[in-house]
Amino acid sequence: MEFLIGNFAELTITGLVLGSVYALVALGYTLVYGVLQLINFAHSEVFMWGTYAVVWVLTLLGASGTSSLAGAAGYLAIALVAAVLMSGGVALIVERFAYRRLVRQNAPKYIILISAIGASFVLSEIMGLRDKIAGFLGLQGVLGDYVNNPRNTSTLPVEIKPEPVLQIGNYMVRDTELLIIISALIMMFVLDQFIRRTSFGRQIRAVAQDPEAASLMGANSTNVVRLTFLIGGVMAGVAATLYMIKVGATGFNVGFVLGVKAFTAAVLGGIGNLRGALLGGLILGIAENYASGILGSEWRDVTAFVLLVLVLLVRPSGLLGESLGRARA
Amino acid sequence: MTLLEIRDLNVNYGHIEAIRGISFSVEEGTITTLIGANGAGKTTTLKTISGLRKVHSGSVFFDGKDITNAKPYERVKMGLTQSPEGRRCFPGMTVMENLEMGALLRKDRRSAAYREDLERVFGLFPRLQERVKQAAGTMSGGEQQMLAMGRALMARPRLVLLDEPSMGLAPKLIRQIFSIVDEIKAQGTTVLLVEQNANQALKRSDVAHVLETGKIVRSGPGEKLAADPAVKAAYLGGDV
Ligand SMILES: Nc1ncnc2c1ncn2[C@@H]1O[C@H](COP(=O)(O)OP(=O)(O)OP(=O)(O)O)[C@@H](O)[C@H]1O
Ligand SMILES: [Mg+2]
Repeated sequence: MEFLIGNFAELTITGLVLGSVYALVALGYTLVYGVLQLINFAHSEVFMWGTYAVVWVLTLLGASGTSSLAGAAGYLAIALVAAVLMSGGVALIVERFAYRRLVRQNAPKYIILISAIGASFVLSEIMGLRDKIAGFLGLQGVLGDYVNNPRNTSTLPVEIKPEPVLQIGNYMVRDTELLIIISALIMMFVLDQFIRRTSFGRQIRAVAQDPEAASLMGANSTNVVRLTFLIGGVMAGVAATLYMIKVGATGFNVGFVLGVKAFTAAVLGGIGNLRGALLGGLILGIAENYASGILGSEWRDVTAFVLLVLVLLVRPSGLLGESLGRARA
Repeated sequence: MTLLEIRDLNVNYGHIEAIRGISFSVEEGTITTLIGANGAGKTTTLKTISGLRKVHSGSVFFDGKDITNAKPYERVKMGLTQSPEGRRCFPGMTVMENLEMGALLRKDRRSAAYREDLERVFGLFPRLQERVKQAAGTMSGGEQQMLAMGRALMARPRLVLLDEPSMGLAPKLIRQIFSIVDEIKAQGTTVLLVEQNANQALKRSDVAHVLETGKIVRSGPGEKLAADPAVKAAYLGGDV
């Protein structure tokens, strides 16, 4: 307890940092759920592939040594584009191959769920077996830097040294932390405005509220679903870049725990609700940090789920409840 | 000119044969009505015309083109819209957003023609203009019906399908809705109407068909069917 009080500012800030990443990934779960009422279990791998895009691009660009955040800004901007393209692309592939045909044929939900779980395994194992795959293709030599030791942790070739920039309480907030929180908030705001104000956004809400009526208005539901996956993928790509700035390392299985946490954040805030995803992510990040501050870090993951169960006991529809469909203008 | 033509249409839900070989056409500039008891297949017919249900056999022609396998949005683009059974307004959207959804495929949303169509809808349903910012889900049944019809008109359709627009409304509002149907026709939009309120509907239809368990059992000018003893006995009982 004394530790919590003594380090309150630090635990809060770093909790917000973690929560920002959860929130961005949670958006993907919540958007797809809003439109299809299905949990996209492969979304965690959409994020994981984004983290690798960051590593690969920086390797390709020959980044090395240590650098300040500002010094690496150029590299990171390119890595962000790569991660967004990668995650967006993987999300579209998931939609195309794990979902589209089943959704069109009105397959039972559990079948689509299993298809998504299958896609999740395939995507993480492709990453985890990429040396073998490169070997089959005879590319192991050329791709050596990118496919070696695929089941071990891959680290960023450049180490980003955070610099303290702002004092809050007794904690000096680092520039990387500030960047992550602000970027996540900006992305959330842009997405929120997109869904509320644009014609595309209105179409997504229409399909979420009443797919049949939306068809009668001329909405192309296949396109709307594809757009929804793409937006979720783009957000996961941004999350992946921010995650790599903070953590600096990834693995073929990083999606799992992070995905479960992000999914928890989405449910906590009210699945199908965009602002709920943000709120759920931030609360989860902070709560985990406080709990590991008080009880020790081995309690971190337990906290997430105890919190989830407690909230759902009191509010079964999550903190903000209402779905994407009901989201008011 | 024939705007819509249905040829020997069969539609199934699994093993249930909901529509069994119906044929009829809708002439441009007219009101055509389908009446029939619950479960006769009226809604199924309209859903099939809009492309929400696949045909088992038979075909649908719109403006001379075979649209049997066209996607719903392709039909909207060609000028065929629907105000569905049960209104189906988007509950979380405002009245204005619902109307804009109706105009989803229009490219001219900043033009004078678009403003004109919006004015036309507000002219037909002044109540909607007063409520542009209200969430559709919080409106009364009658208001939602107006919104569903207004929304279907915002695409500037050539043919509008109205599925039981009078359902669940008070007599005064029913008369109002029917006079608006007349006005829609007067403004040049062809109407295919489905109604349980047979008397009111038949009075103003140029052509009407009686549907029974998926088949057309009687057809003719509305006035004539309204006077038909068999139709009277079966459908004009407790009408308002
Ligand atoms: N989704 C469905 N699945 C199975 N059967 C259906 C489905 N929708 C309609 N049916 C059946 O098809 C038949 C025609 O239904 P339809 O809704 O077209 O009737 P309707 O004439 O519009 O009736 P109402 O006046 O009650 O609206 C009915 O027997 C109905 O039970
Ligand atoms: Mg019906």
